[in-house]
Amino acid sequence: MVELILFWIFALLAVGGAFGVVVHPNPAKSALLLVLTFFALAGEYVLLMAHFIAIVHVAVYAGAIMVLFLFVIMLLNVPEETRTSRLWGIMRYAGFTLAILLFAEIGYFGFKGFQTAYVQETDLGTVERIGQALFSKYVLPFEIASILLLVAMLGALYLSKRKLEIVGDGKTAPAGKKTEEVLVEE
Amino acid sequence: MHAVPINHFLILAAILFGLGVVGVVSRRNAIVIFMSIELMLNAVNLTFISFSNYLNDIEGQIFVFMVMVVAAAEVAVGLAIIVAIFRLRETVHVDDIKLLKW
Repeated sequence: MVELILFWIFALLAVGGAFGVVVHPNPAKSALLLVLTFFALAGEYVLLMAHFIAIVHVAVYAGAIMVLFLFVIMLLNVPEETRTSRLWGIMRYAGFTLAILLFAEIGYFGFKGFQTAYVQETDLGTVERIGQALFSKYVLPFEIASILLLVAMLGALYLSKRKLEIVGDGKTAPAGKKTEEVLVEE
Repeated sequence: MHAVPINHFLILAAILFGLGVVGVVSRRNAIVIFMSIELMLNAVNLTFISFSNYLNDIEGQIFVFMVMVVAAAEVAVGLAIIVAIFRLRETVHVDDIKLLKW
């Protein structure tokens, strides 16, 4: 019973946070709401007996990735989103309702057979079991993942080190005349 | 005996995925679009872990680990690209950056 109550608390937090992420006009507040969603999801992972994933989720998503997001948002000083069309503002809510209904329906009817299947008590998600699997059967994917991270790191470094320039003023260029962009490599 | 049916987790994951899709198609800020993609990845992760528990198979959790690695790499490169675009155009509004080459 306790598990069911906890499930509902975390589920409501996750859905509410996710809804806030999508509708909030201020990107910084969207990011903070996304952190809330990630913490709620970590709670769901614990309920599913996936302890290792829950901890890694908090460390990687709520820690590293969201800090990166907030860092970029504050670095760029992104303005709040403004809408030009009124119709779009109304249609958005219809879109929300329909999308959530559609996916909830898929979730409900697509997985109807799982209504009588309950979460099992298992030690599958412990650090010990995951570590054993990761360093024996799945050691090759694990190593490839490390190469992927290295490549991503180098790529990010390269992209942020490169200097980009627009030759001429891109916005006030006369009609029909293309402005030139030059990539200057250092 | 745990009282939560697997079904509940799957529906929750489906709703979160739906919200992520709505975010990607309705928002015009590149950073918020990125966050919505993260939301969708997380919904898929939740599904993976639910089925991992249901099938009593560790493979789902290993896969979630890999998804996290890819998400971290994607965010690092994606945000670097957004910063580069911002330095070039002073905007992250996707309607302003719809042209690949100009």
